[in-house]
Formats: sequence, C-alpha cells, structure tokens
Amino acid sequence: MDWSIYTDALVEGVELLASGAADIWIIIETSFRVSGAATLVALGLGVPLGVLLGTRRFAGRRLALIAANTGMGLPPVAVGLVVAMGLSRRGPFGELGLLYTNNAMVIAQVLIALPLVVAFTAASVAAVPRQLRLQARSLGASRFRELVLVVGEARMGVAAAVAAGFGAIISEVGAVQMVGGNIAGDTRVMTTAIVQFTRMGRYGQALGLALMLLGMIAIVNAVLVIGQTSAERYEGRR
Amino acid sequence: MNESPVELELVGIEHSFRSGFRLSIPPLKVPAGSTLALLGPSGAGKSTLLEIAGLLETPESGEVRVDGVARTPRDRDSRRLTAAVFQRPYLIKATVGENVAYGLKLRKMPRHEINERVADMLAVVGLSGFENRAAGELSGGEAQRVALARALVLRPRLLMLDEPLSSLDMMLKRRMQREFSEILRSRGITTLYVTHDHDEALVLADRIAIMRDGGVVAEGSAEEVVAVPQDDWTALFLGVEPAFVGIVESQWAGLLTIRVGDTVIRASGTLEVGTHVRLAVRPEDVTVWTQMPQEASSARNRLDVKVTSLHRSGVSWTMVGAVDGVSLAASISDAAMLELGVSAGDTVAFTFKATAVRVAREGAYKSD
Repeated sequence: MDWSIYTDALVEGVELLASGAADIWIIIETSFRVSGAATLVALGLGVPLGVLLGTRRFAGRRLALIAANTGMGLPPVAVGLVVAMGLSRRGPFGELGLLYTNNAMVIAQVLIALPLVVAFTAASVAAVPRQLRLQARSLGASRFRELVLVVGEARMGVAAAVAAGFGAIISEVGAVQMVGGNIAGDTRVMTTAIVQFTRMGRYGQALGLALMLLGMIAIVNAVLVIGQTSAERYEGRR
Repeated sequence: MNESPVELELVGIEHSFRSGFRLSIPPLKVPAGSTLALLGPSGAGKSTLLEIAGLLETPESGEVRVDGVARTPRDRDSRRLTAAVFQRPYLIKATVGENVAYGLKLRKMPRHEINERVADMLAVVGLSGFENRAAGELSGGEAQRVALARALVLRPRLLMLDEPLSSLDMMLKRRMQREFSEILRSRGITTLYVTHDHDEALVLADRIAIMRDGGVVAEGSAEEVVAVPQDDWTALFLGVEPAFVGIVESQWAGLLTIRVGDTVIRASGTLEVGTHVRLAVRPEDVTVWTQMPQEASSARNRLDVKVTSLHRSGVSWTMVGAVDGVSLAASISDAAMLELGVSAGDTVAFTFKATAVRVAREGAYKSD
C-alpha cells in the first residue's frame, strides 16, 4: 500500500505555508476576515434574539424557536442559491452590485450562522432560573444589566453558539463558491481553494490549506473553551 | 448604619394569572422596622405578593406605598429601596466578595468603599475572610448567609425574604433562624418574610398574615394569629386544634367567664359582657388527670372530656379530648402516657389555668 501521496502532499503543504507565499496567505486572510465578520454580525444579531426567545414569553415565540432550530439544518448551497439569486442582476438587490464580493460571502455566512447562534443562545439562557433575574433586579439591576448577567451565567452555551456558528461557516464551501465566485486574490477562501487545488491535482497546496483550516478552527475553539470554563473555578468541587 | 426604618403598605393589590389564579389582598401594613410573615401553604400566592411588595413585579391594580408614597418597579430609585433573598441563594459564578459587591457595583460605588462594606457585612453574617472563596465551594448555610449579606450590604429600607431557610436541613435551619432574627432585629429593617413554617414565622416575625388561595385569611400579631386560629382551615394548616367560639358571660377583676355551649371556661382578660370570642389553649398548657388529687388544683378550668384520639407528635404524645362542642388537645410525655394508661373512648379530666386560655374577639385577626 502506497501512502506517499499523503506524505508528499504534507511535506509540500508545510513547505508552502512556511515559505510565506503571498497568494496562499491572502486566501487564509480572506477566509478569516470573511468568516470572522460574519460570526461577529451573527453574534450581534443572534445573541439578543436568542436572549429574547429564551427569556420572554410572547405570541409567536414557539414559531420563532422552531424557525431557529430548523435553520440550524439549512444546507449552505440552498443559502448560497437564495443569496446569489437576490444579488444577481435580476434579483431584488441586484443594483447593489454585491455578487462575487466579500460582502456577498459575509451575507451568506451570516444567514448560515444566525440560526445556530439564536438557537444555542435561546436554549442556554432559558436554562438560567428566572429567580436569578429576579435576584439581580432586587439588587438594583436594570433590565439590561439583568440580561447581561443572564448571558454571563449562560456563557457555556453562548460560547458553544460562537463555536457552532464559526465552525459552520469557516468550513462551508457551497455558499461562498456560489456568491463569491472563487476569484483568485479576491473572493477565494480556503474551502473554495481546496476544491480548486484538488481538481487541479495540486494536493500539496490543498492539504496545506486543509491543515491551516483545521488549525484555525482548533485555535478559535481553544479560546472559546477557555472562555467557557472560566467560571469553573467559582463552581467549587461540590 | 441604616437610615430610619420605613413603613410598607399594600393597598388593594389585585393580580391575575393566565392559569386563572387570582391574588386579591386586603390592605396590609408593615410598621416601620417590624417583620410581617406571609404564612401559608404552597400556591397561596405568598411569593407573588412578595415580588409585588418588593417592586419586582407590577400588580394589575393596587399600590405599594413606602412611608405613604406610592412606588412602582419602573422607578429605579424606588426599587433600590428594597433588596430580596430567595429560597435558593442564586449566587453568581464568581467569588463570595464579588457576589456581595454585585449591588454596590451597580450603584457605581467607589472600589475602596465597596471593599470596606463587603468586609463589614461578611463579618456580620459570620463569614469574615471569605471574600476570595469561590461561591460554588460554600455549604448551603454559608451560601444563604452570602445571599443575606448581598442584600443587607445595600442597606435596604425594605427587605424581602422568600423562604430563605427552607432548603436547609433542620439543624442548620434552627441556627440560621436565630441568626436571621438577631440580624433583622438589630438592624431594624422593615421586612416581609415568606414562609410555610409557622414556627419560623413565630421566631422571626412581629406580625403574621396567613394566606390561602391568593387571599389573606387572618392577620395580626404573631402570637395571637397562631394561638387562636380564626377558622378550621387555619387550625388545620397550623397543625393545632381549632379554636372554639364562645360568649363572655361575666367579667370581674380581670377574669372572664365564657360560655361555650353548656361548658363554662374561665380566662384572664377584660372584655365586655356579650362579646363573641374565639378561644384556644396550647396542648402543653393542659394537664391530664384520670383521678383528680385530694388537694384542689390551682387551675381554674376543669373539663371532663372523652378522649377522641391519641397520636404521637415527635417526642411526645397528643391526646385530643372533647366535651359539648369543645375540643382540646393535651401534650403528654411518654412516661406520663404509660402512667395514665388511657386509650381512646376513656373519660379523663383536662385542667388548665385561666391565664393559659388565649382569647380573641371573633374576627379580630380575620382579614377583611
């Protein structure tokens, strides 16, 4: 059995990354910038929405929760298709000229990550007892500070929401391919580049990027786990 | 030190829930610096009333007045007059010091003052030096004391305590009852105390309001409300014999003669002849005789009763005897039970002093 295809590609990939070749690092930087921006936007919209769904009772709440949970299973290609149609020349937002830009990729990725962030946040804040909020209110907290405390207490779940959202978009290929167009030096990201290099038989570059992608996901998750477990020292051993 | 105590008034509080449960409270007043216990079974509406009184929830109608001024949860300054401690301590995932400092930080107090007040308050609750301990490492009693410190450090004018000791074991609960009682009395904070334990209410409260099905069935001084149950349900809830109803026949030199059916009972007190009253006698004040001794007992009351039930109550026995509309319980030790050799159906004499008879005007503690 010949394993050299892997070892050769691995050596080539590591050499490529170490060489600092500009085109590779542009791809990595674009990936991080687009998915990072999409994660931040998804958090900015999704955490307040999740807190609302997890802590308030109102008409249509169940429907919204079902929508968020269903959205977690959205196929990225379906999202890519809908965004591409919307941004195409004939689409309702065609005039904005966003198709095949970084912004188009951010929009698609926000739509993929948002349901994950909303659903994870709603589930985790709903588990924080109502009495904790009453307790904070009784100590003089405003409604906003009450919710800040709730999110803080639910940080395990909120960090999981970030991990799930970022993990889903940094590694997806369908949507960014469709709305970004995989333009070299512009909208080419790690996943689309891996597909491209594999088709061209440039396994070394593909594997190098795959390793980099894995490394990025690991680093982001390591940071999140540190955040998630930061409260454990206060929980004691009981 | 706290500022001068304030008076709390609940006026016409009404609140409905989707489940159909309705809270409808007659006017209630908690005098400045005193403690009112809201005593009742689960589901009576005690906690909801406490949340309304503590300006944590807005009632459908009615007013919460502090020193005569209506206050609402919308007004943050009003809300900051109060602080609450709940059944569970609900400590945040932080150190003990950070938990106690939480409300002070919200008030944007200088750091050095926060540290000073936190240390002082931890000393008051017997947890000096616990500032840097993880909240999760505390025992149940310690955690509840931190919760109390977190509320008291704010120097609230009104303190809302919602069954703060109910999750503790019996031994710790008794100790904490004494500690809470001392702290509340020494600080003179006007306090609303929710509990379903009448012993706890007696230890901690000056006045008691008994709640049932969203309403208040009796309200008065702690001793009176528990000593003379206003109706059979209240007696059942308190675990005491129902009070019986009588009419004052005569009054002379502080001694009342009260007729209950064909039975005459003598009690200490001064009430007008013809007053309808409720009477009760504590089981521990009743002496049981199978044969009366030669020397007359100093007790002014002697009833020949038929024993209707005998049951164990903790370390002693409770004997219930009835005669002509009067039902009384007597508390008897194991040794006395053996010596008396009494069983249900026997006739025995119950004696009790006039001073042991608790008398209240009919409806005196009944809420409107």
